[in-house]
Amino acid sequence: MSCCNQKPVIILEGSEKLCKFHFTQYFENKVLKTIRKFNLIDKEEKLGVAVSGGKDSLTLLSILKKISFQNPKIELTAIAIDEGIEGYRDKALITARKFCNENEIGLNVYSYKDEFGMSLDKILKFLNVKPCSICGTFRRYLLNKKSRELSLTKLATGHNLDDECQSILMNQFKNNIQATARLGPKVGISCTDENNRINNNNSVKIKDDSIVNTDIVSVNVGKKLKNKKNHVHVNELKYTSSQTNNKVHNNNFVQRIKPLYLCTEKEVTTYAFLNGILDDFKECPNAKLSYRANVRDMLNDFEAKFPGTKYSIANSFLGILPDLKAKFKEVEYSTCAKCGEPSSKDICNTCKFVELLNEQKSLSLNKSLH
Amino acid sequence: MPIKVFNDRENTEKLLETKSNVSVKDLLGKLNINPVTVIVSRDGDIMTEEDIVGKDDEIKLISVISGG
Repeated sequence: MSCCNQKPVIILEGSEKLCKFHFTQYFENKVLKTIRKFNLIDKEEKLGVAVSGGKDSLTLLSILKKISFQNPKIELTAIAIDEGIEGYRDKALITARKFCNENEIGLNVYSYKDEFGMSLDKILKFLNVKPCSICGTFRRYLLNKKSRELSLTKLATGHNLDDECQSILMNQFKNNIQATARLGPKVGISCTDENNRINNNNSVKIKDDSIVNTDIVSVNVGKKLKNKKNHVHVNELKYTSSQTNNKVHNNNFVQRIKPLYLCTEKEVTTYAFLNGILDDFKECPNAKLSYRANVRDMLNDFEAKFPGTKYSIANSFLGILPDLKAKFKEVEYSTCAKCGEPSSKDICNTCKFVELLNEQKSLSLNKSLH
Repeated sequence: MPIKVFNDRENTEKLLETKSNVSVKDLLGKLNINPVTVIVSRDGDIMTEEDIVGKDDEIKLISVISGG
């Protein structure tokens, strides 16, 4: 079924065919509805956006820019982490800088070299660890710490439906349900959430037709899709943000939000391509070695054979998320005894990795002296 | 019928011979590529899986997988 007489650019898993114009509307409305449904953004925010220079983060930044343009009390700041992966992150950061300059968004870049004393490429020569494990740990640590130092009220990330489903499955396969409790479209409870609970809903009011030259307008396509088997319409999700408003609150944790939560990787790429955001950004050279890459390939095989699998995983997860949050709230509350950053353990993984790195550096130095 | 296929993830270019016009879906099948993982473009326009690839077309496969 086609949306109009224009040439389709995508066939959604419910067999709906959308042209460029209607797909752009569909996509932007999906993001807006996700923001509203899960109360991701308040009327006033100093909102950080984690940018890598890739399609997900630049698509997110592009849409949030439109929202902030319409809602001047939402201030945007971009944060990028330079891990020090030669031939990869250096190129991506050029794209990120260019995009932020063109869109007049402040960009703060923090590097592993400055923060931990050496680049990831060099760290991996000292430590025999899985690259994604240490890199992900250091990146999350820096994003949270720097967001707090910048007094950001929330940090938006470009995680999409594929990313979330991969994480859910990885945690399941590794029997790490505690980590699953920290997933979802909104992670951590902010001070404003607690105020919202008292002062009723303070979520940002975004009309479907209110953003920048009617680029984002109400579209009937979403209604048509509602009847499709397996397709999860935002309004049909069982989960509501109020269900996660347990009162556990860690002052050191900057709440993270995922506005692209219900967008597939293919949808994000299509949007980025159609809107000139897609750059020559490639997969991280270390990613192919990761456990995630295996889960990703398996999940994509399943999605091709059984369309709607990813939506089903996310929907069933959102159904049990309130119970998981309630079960693991004490863990969410804890902090690292050494650095004070949020941690599910007494000593956080970042501090453990830094200690290991220092040990290896000393050993290496002693060897060279003798 | 020759079709030139550029794969951006692998940075490779292949010349594919087919007996007649094929759909994008069949083309991806021949290349053993999961349609969920790529978007396909011709002359800068996105093609859906139902579009037909013709003689001397130059096709670009853009991986949706990025980052790490």
